[in-house]
Amino acid sequence: MHKLLTDTPGERMLLLGNEAIARGALEAGLAFATCYPGTPSSEIPEQFFRISQETDLYFEYSTNEKVAMEVAAGAAVSGLRVMVTLKHVGLNVAADPLMTLAYVGIKGGMVIINADDPSLFSSQNEQDNRYYARLSSLPMLEPTNTQEMKDMTAQAFDLSEELGLPVILRTTTRLAHVRGPVHLGELTPIRKTAHFDKDPFHFVAVPAVARNLHKVLVEKYDRAKAISDKDACNEIIGNGKWGIVANGVAFDYVQDAVADLGLQDQVSILKLGISYPMPEQMCIRFLQDKEKVLVVEELEPINENELKAIAQENGIAVPIHGKGTGGFSRLYEYDPGMVRKAVAQYFGMDYTPPEAVDTSDSPQLPGRPPNLCAGCPHRATYYAVKQVYGADAIYPTDIGCYTLGLLPPISMADFVICMGSSVSSGCGFSKATDQKVVSFIGDSTFFHSGITGLVNAVHNNHKFTLVILDNGTTAMTGHQIHPGVDTTPMGVDRTRISIEKLVRGLGVQDVHMVKPFKLKKTVEAVKAARDFDGVSVIISEEMCPLFAKATGQFKKSKPFYVNHKKCKNHRDCINQLACPAMYLDGDQVEIDKNLCIGCSVCAQVCPENAIVPVKE
Amino acid sequence: MKAKRLVFIGVGGQGNLLASRLLGEAALSGGIPTVVSEIHGMAQRGGIVESAVLMGDVTSPIVSNGEADVFIGFEPLETLRGLTKCNAHTTVITNTHPLPPFTVAIGQGAYPKVEESLGLIRRKVDRMIALDGNQIAEAVGNPLALNMVMLGALIGSDTIPIQAEDMKAVISTSTKKAFLESNLEAFDKGMQSV
Repeated sequence: MHKLLTDTPGERMLLLGNEAIARGALEAGLAFATCYPGTPSSEIPEQFFRISQETDLYFEYSTNEKVAMEVAAGAAVSGLRVMVTLKHVGLNVAADPLMTLAYVGIKGGMVIINADDPSLFSSQNEQDNRYYARLSSLPMLEPTNTQEMKDMTAQAFDLSEELGLPVILRTTTRLAHVRGPVHLGELTPIRKTAHFDKDPFHFVAVPAVARNLHKVLVEKYDRAKAISDKDACNEIIGNGKWGIVANGVAFDYVQDAVADLGLQDQVSILKLGISYPMPEQMCIRFLQDKEKVLVVEELEPINENELKAIAQENGIAVPIHGKGTGGFSRLYEYDPGMVRKAVAQYFGMDYTPPEAVDTSDSPQLPGRPPNLCAGCPHRATYYAVKQVYGADAIYPTDIGCYTLGLLPPISMADFVICMGSSVSSGCGFSKATDQKVVSFIGDSTFFHSGITGLVNAVHNNHKFTLVILDNGTTAMTGHQIHPGVDTTPMGVDRTRISIEKLVRGLGVQDVHMVKPFKLKKTVEAVKAARDFDGVSVIISEEMCPLFAKATGQFKKSKPFYVNHKKCKNHRDCINQLACPAMYLDGDQVEIDKNLCIGCSVCAQVCPENAIVPVKE
Repeated sequence: MKAKRLVFIGVGGQGNLLASRLLGEAALSGGIPTVVSEIHGMAQRGGIVESAVLMGDVTSPIVSNGEADVFIGFEPLETLRGLTKCNAHTTVITNTHPLPPFTVAIGQGAYPKVEESLGLIRRKVDRMIALDGNQIAEAVGNPLALNMVMLGALIGSDTIPIQAEDMKAVISTSTKKAFLESNLEAFDKGMQSV
């Protein structure tokens, strides 16, 4: 049994924040969940994927976040309790349905889990999605620890049904990936089926209907605001004359800072658990009797600006500061030491922070950037393409493990902004310049948002090569399935869509199927694609070895070693491939036989044929 | 209980995330308030993996620079790189077995001599415990048990209020039977090496 199905209310478990969210959803009777995986939210759907195989929960990995949101919307307006999980940039993809779903509203509780990523641990930007709550007028909850992640998720379903609106629960990397104690509540049985009651003048957002729906949304917002003012998630802690306002993980930093500095009697904290709509009356009460107020929030000065507006409208002259105080900026995540220092400084306390050791006399340390794994098929594909196109072609890339092709010695990533952009930006590069263009996209990302770009390329007669790196899984986020995957080893039965047939069906005339570990044939295919006058597609097919190992599909090959009698130390292997199985022993290249998976790519690169399989 | 802040640094695949999670479980079962934080995703592709365990009167899940009470480094270069987490009162427990990054293999920088690194660390912090964790793991016949060795050294350092029995109980319930004996042996050997 999945541990989150443990039916012992009151038991305390150490749960990852994302597991706590999944548990909260189960305690609220979640019936239906969708997502496209995105770090730092991916562990939530991972639980649902497994739990759906044990219970009546319906779960799917949808093709992308927009699809996930729309699938969920259909289930929610029919009356089921649904959840969509995504990362901050995933909500950009789903923003279109979100904005009008807010007008139309829902019947069954719908909770959208949005994971922001301050400091960009695994993202292309650090946008602050609290703005989406404002843009859509949807309520936003912000837990501050694992217990609240569970409890507020369950509460969000009730709030959603009370208002007839989707509710957004926002986490950040530091909450999603924290393990903390959680007291379990009761599991609620799943209601499996629903019935959609037709009501076109409510659900069909044509202008005449939507004009009225906007009014309805504004009324719902007013109700949400009243709830926010009464709800226990919003709380004033302490009676001091100095005020601190905080949300999310920053609240933890503030709480510790106040305790560490011994300011419990001087400070009171306004904790914003429902951060949108802001609890206006509570804010007024809080601001009225303060001498000064510090707003502690990561990323954008949203609470700060809204508090200043509330103070101005209500004639409260208290000084309110946030960004620009201490080390507080709009950049990157905060940390406990930074907040402690800023609190001490703002309220004029004497405080000497612990002094970090001086490392100025440390030698220059070699970097340890992440790298493609030993035997990663992407490395082979990159190598083959580079043999044909060299370093001068433009290489738009996309989002996945293969983005690591950015780093030397591969150095084949020239442009990436978002999922799917490799294909469409390739259209732009090839039209705007005389340079050769080769775009790289992974299989999952191709299904996510590469297909429309490829249609565009064919229709508008663009000329470039698209390489689809098909490793049979969504590798970067933890090996999730996608429409091109054979799902039987994962224990589920989903229809597999052939990338080749799809690409041919879109009208691409020049399509090459290659096995990247066969370097010579791959290079020939790249040459043919280069010489084609139009859009050509190379589908490079080889399963991710980590995924293959995890699912029992790995075909063991003999590892390779360097025969030093033959090796003349050109080092093409190590210098051009930089496979992590290779290392230097003194002046000699060696291969770690425990890491080598026997892909043989280095053996094909060696001009002396000095790399050979280990003998028994 | 006064807050204790522990930082674990390792390289993808060394198992420091499991070590920090098990420590969190042991603390929780001993009734000590605990938060454990991890970084998943991009960093795991052979990069540096950091986790933190905070116990006692503290709610923040991460450790700022200069604020680690105990710093557990699974690889000597990464111990040296991560030293900014430490202050003059920190206890550092480090593995001495080097795992050179591939940047060294392709000529982008040199791997610092382990003895010199250890010397630098020793001079800057209150206490340094250095052990060849890989050798100990190999000796018990389980090369993957480095994390158990390091947990053993941590408990042996007597820097946190967690008993060896409690830690071993958690290890016992969380590891596969086939590895249980060697894991516990690795833990004991780690403890004895302090």
